[in-house]
Amino acid sequence: MSTQTLSPSLAGADAPAAGTATGLLIIGASQSGVQLAISLRALGYTEHITLLGEEDHRPYQRPALSKEFLQDKVGSESLIFRSNDYWIEHNITLVKGERIESISAHPDGSGEAAGSSGTTYPYTRLALTVGARPRLFEAPGAQLDGVVYLRNADDALKLKALAPQASDVVVIGGGFIGLEAASSLQAMGKKVTVLEYGPRLVGRAVGEDTSEYFRKQHTERGLDIRIAARIEQIVDDGHGAVQAVRLVGGEEISAQIVLIGIGVIPNTQLGEKLGLEIDNGIVVDEHAVASDGHTIVVGDVANMPNPVPGSPSGERIRLESVNNAVEHAKVAAYSLMGQREAYAGIPWFWSNQANMKLQIAGLSMGFDSTVRREVPEKGKFTVLYYRAGQIIAADCVNAPLDFMAVKQALAAGKNINPDAASNPATLLKTLIA
Amino acid sequence: MAKVHFTDFEGATQVIEANPGDSIMETAVRNGVEGIVGECGGSLSCATCHVFVADQDFAALEPMEEMEDEMLYGTAVDREENSRLSCQIKMCAAQEIHVTTPETQV
Repeated sequence: MSTQTLSPSLAGADAPAAGTATGLLIIGASQSGVQLAISLRALGYTEHITLLGEEDHRPYQRPALSKEFLQDKVGSESLIFRSNDYWIEHNITLVKGERIESISAHPDGSGEAAGSSGTTYPYTRLALTVGARPRLFEAPGAQLDGVVYLRNADDALKLKALAPQASDVVVIGGGFIGLEAASSLQAMGKKVTVLEYGPRLVGRAVGEDTSEYFRKQHTERGLDIRIAARIEQIVDDGHGAVQAVRLVGGEEISAQIVLIGIGVIPNTQLGEKLGLEIDNGIVVDEHAVASDGHTIVVGDVANMPNPVPGSPSGERIRLESVNNAVEHAKVAAYSLMGQREAYAGIPWFWSNQANMKLQIAGLSMGFDSTVRREVPEKGKFTVLYYRAGQIIAADCVNAPLDFMAVKQALAAGKNINPDAASNPATLLKTLIA
Repeated sequence: MAKVHFTDFEGATQVIEANPGDSIMETAVRNGVEGIVGECGGSLSCATCHVFVADQDFAALEPMEEMEDEMLYGTAVDREENSRLSCQIKMCAAQEIHVTTPETQV
């Protein structure tokens, strides 16, 4: 009985016989791992592929967890990446519910990975697509029942199970996850307070104008948003569950659920065990290869050279996004095929909050001026970011035409005249030059 | 059973059975139909599930919303009269629909 529960579950193609080298072992079965396997097969990679994940679910898409899935607008089946037939037909073995504890690597790039179930996974090449884990909130009461995170499907299921009994929710962290979940929970009828430690919302990803736009819009829609909030503790109801969040100064905000979304920490543990260079993630070159010259590292966990054309030489970045997981995986797939292909496309991000659809094109870091375009009656709001007169990014709310135009201009290495762009009636597409 | 007929830009067709309620994009992606990407998972953010809908099927579709219309101006292959984002087309029981996928989505 106990071995039954400890064994990882297999699906997709048959696993190769134990003890034989199995081709590529991909550790991490989320967006980047899935894309790596798919891209390799599209490129004609013939070795066996094992796609191994620690969650006991078929590989699924995360973005809807804080939005449509939380609100029951889509079911779990819609989150699944590929049908089981796809994995079988493409000779990809899925291993679910397995955690790799240690890896014994050989100088030629092959090795054996040991799982917590006791199973060993020999490989000829290794890819780490291990992602990131939520940063834990440290304050008295952080362990109480009703304190939840939102990174994976089990987190979302837990939150969904708690939601019907809750009337008040406190969200700690005013980033994308926090604001998406806050909007969803508000739509589900909860009274929601968002506590942001920093001086503004989504401080890491958008500029000040966009932060302020979201603060104002969310406040008008009824979210209670506290900026520069200082939390003293999460208050016990006397039975081990959360009752309120107490701020420094004594104010208590009632809550039956406290959702924490204060960022993620890259999962560098296996990289460290392999002796790979670590610096805010696992360091890789422009072909997604780690410092040992063999291990492929892709997605949220990878610290890579900034892929944007024209970015300062030597600048490095770690991107947490679906788009990066996909594009970085494609680079890695070429790399495994022995080809050298550059990262394609311009990084982009999206976040849907209430009826606001934010699309971000490019990376705004290092900007020195901005241009705002606003059509308030249509809920459209755009900020264009420039560095030395060259457009480098845009935050676009309900403005897909602006988003698409900026993405096109960046991909083509072109510019959009800032003076002409300040007229929101002018289509940005016509200004690309 | 609902069915989607996918024809790629070179003329090769494959027919995939669809679950009622699923979008054409979901049906394509889950079964590995090349020619449809659906990077954003159907949240109308990426315009990488562009299809050309056969004329006889196009008129029967629910009209598109403004957001889809705007997104279609940013597709990799230029839109045409019969363009739609396939994440916005939900299949009904026993419905059959014919779409052609563009040469590229990104």
